[in-house]
Amino acid sequence: MNTWLAIGLTFAGCYAVKLLGLSVPAGALERPLVRRLAALLPVALLAALTAQQTFADGTSPALDARAAGLAAAGAALLLRAPFLVVVAAAVVVTAAARAVAG
Amino acid sequence: MATDAPPPPTADPASEDRAALRDGLGVGVAVGISGFAFGVTAAGSGLSAAQACAMSLLIFTGASQFALAGAVAAGGGPFAAAAGAFFLGVRNALYGLRLAPMLRLPRALRPLAAQWVIDETTVVTIARSTRRAQRIAFVVTGLTLYVCWNVTTLVGVLGAEAIGDTAAWGLDAAGPAVFLALVGPMLTGTVERATAAVAVVLVLGTLPVLPAGTPVLVAALAAPLVLALHGRRTRGRARDDAAERADARRAEGGA
Repeated sequence: MNTWLAIGLTFAGCYAVKLLGLSVPAGALERPLVRRLAALLPVALLAALTAQQTFADGTSPALDARAAGLAAAGAALLLRAPFLVVVAAAVVVTAAARAVAG
Repeated sequence: MATDAPPPPTADPASEDRAALRDGLGVGVAVGISGFAFGVTAAGSGLSAAQACAMSLLIFTGASQFALAGAVAAGGGPFAAAAGAFFLGVRNALYGLRLAPMLRLPRALRPLAAQWVIDETTVVTIARSTRRAQRIAFVVTGLTLYVCWNVTTLVGVLGAEAIGDTAAWGLDAAGPAVFLALVGPMLTGTVERATAAVAVVLVLGTLPVLPAGTPVLVAALAAPLVLALHGRRTRGRARDDAAERADARRAEGGA
């Protein structure tokens, strides 16, 4: 993939929406449906990204050490651990599971 | 809108300024050092140090950056990869809408301020009640977070490159753990949970058959889908309720 092109496109898009919000007249995007959709879109994307990066290897489904790591992250999250502790839990448990499995 | 309301008369301007400074620094440092996790993930995804740092400097919205790194690792076209990252950044437009009437920025400053319009700056800014404190909150949070995020990105990517095989250290689990930590607190109601569940089914179901990068975009359809179904159900329920009330009135009238 042309990674620099992807970075440039993402930069342009993300910067444009940030500036748009600051620049359009108040109330222009304040419709209830737009607000609900904008709040729900990250939920769908983040859930999908979590699943894809945990349970897939390229284009095929996979169940490996990452699942154990994600379970640890979930437990840390339920215990209201800070953000970096949640991430560290996933990393440590995934590494441990790989070491045990050989 | 609450944001245009004058500050409550009880708010002491000096303590408002102090609170803005304290919260801005606290949130800026705490969240900013998570750039380390991004740097590590970027290296594990095959991005160069220059690419990782360019992303933190230019894109500067965490979820989009992690999504783009993941898409690069998964392969696929640059347009599909950028689209997923872009959709995650769309919410920042709504933050800008809330911040604009508070900060009342001169036109010339808007292009500069726009780069800092993200989750954290919005949360810290809208918590203050005087314009001066809101401006302090926005600038202090934005500047602290921007500096910390970019410095720790560099440290993370160089550190990960130094240790070599990031998967052996479990660092490939950092990306999904970040997404989980971001989405977890959002799953407050039935609609949110249903959307997440449908999105997971869609992405895992389409993964083997669609080109890389597109399954996440298909999964994004879970949001309008669940919203439409939910809207139809609540409208249906409202109709039923109205019919029941009408029946009750008729029954009363008949009695």
